[in-house]
Amino acid sequence: MKTTAVNLTEKEYALPGNRTCPGCALSLAYRHILKALEGQAIVTVPPSCLTVLHGMYPITSVTVPCVNTPFASAAASATGLLAGLKALGREGPTVVAVAGDGGTYDIGIQALSAAAERQTDFLYICYDNEGYMNTGNQRSGSTPLGAISGTTPVLGKQQNPKDIVAIMEAHGIPYVATANASYPLDLYEKVKKARAIRGTRFIHVFSPCPPGWSFPFNNTISIGKLAVEIGWVILYEVEDGVFRLTSASESIAKQGNLKPLREYLGQQGRFRNITEEQIEALQRWVNARWKRCLDRAGN
Amino acid sequence: MGTRDCQHICAESSPAIGEAGKTGEWRDSFPVIDPEKCVVARQNKPACFLCWLYCPDAVITKTVPIQIDMEYCKGCGICAQICPAHAISMIREQ
Repeated sequence: MKTTAVNLTEKEYALPGNRTCPGCALSLAYRHILKALEGQAIVTVPPSCLTVLHGMYPITSVTVPCVNTPFASAAASATGLLAGLKALGREGPTVVAVAGDGGTYDIGIQALSAAAERQTDFLYICYDNEGYMNTGNQRSGSTPLGAISGTTPVLGKQQNPKDIVAIMEAHGIPYVATANASYPLDLYEKVKKARAIRGTRFIHVFSPCPPGWSFPFNNTISIGKLAVEIGWVILYEVEDGVFRLTSASESIAKQGNLKPLREYLGQQGRFRNITEEQIEALQRWVNARWKRCLDRAGN
Repeated sequence: MGTRDCQHICAESSPAIGEAGKTGEWRDSFPVIDPEKCVVARQNKPACFLCWLYCPDAVITKTVPIQIDMEYCKGCGICAQICPAHAISMIREQ
């Protein structure tokens, strides 16, 4: 049965009154990730906005067990949790590492790569808000070309982001997927599917950040949807090496054309100083990646 | 320090609503549902629920009729933008 807003479970594992900003896409995505895991998970979280969501001692706003780990070690601590569960003979809960783009693209990548190489049986979720939003919007390996950040305050970042999903796919792990907080049901399905698979699973979740990207709080969902329509985010999954476009990206591939990038950039304050050359470079980057995906999907 | 059920002292947090206090105080505008337009209220049965699905803070109930917990609603306005029937409007706080 297809999951819809009407038949999706009512049970909440991320409780109201938490510390995230209004309109936070991470908060929305995390709600649905925990729904898909049915609370049967042990979460390990490096420093990120998710630590903020989990809250300060002695109260937490999340009803699943969570371990806070150092920045570089989300995947390493997941390996340790698994070893602990094995020693205790417990098989029920899924070990889930949830990290931001800083904790995945930059600081956490060696632990993640090592865990994937060991084929550790855990689910790694990277929520990508394209910068170190928790500590003051510094640039990360995921910040796009031309975006203003705390450490690129005038000219914007001068490099393109790296393709972490392709890097993880190259590890030969059984399940790799991209998702978007603006498509919560697609995200729910992917987490549910990943939960049933054994081995290292990786899901990349695009999460627009209103204060970090300078757009109004109520536009979180529309910015996320627009990101898919212009091809900035491509929703797909690779299961045992078989590539498949999903959700909105699948229908865009059938209809043909992407919207121009300019519309997306214009809605966000972080691109206020972007130059024409940078827009063209970004458009080329988007087009090349979209073409690669279309070729793989066989359209 | 907190204690476990077994009375051992530990540094473990316990889950509760309102970890950051009454987050409703953060609002600069609040959502109001028009029952004349809301699909759930009009049909008087479970339907649509897109506002519930997209609420980042889980303050909208999946009930007939839909209710919003004003104590914790941060007033982001996503529900008003996502509603296909345009039944939710954001009113400025006084």
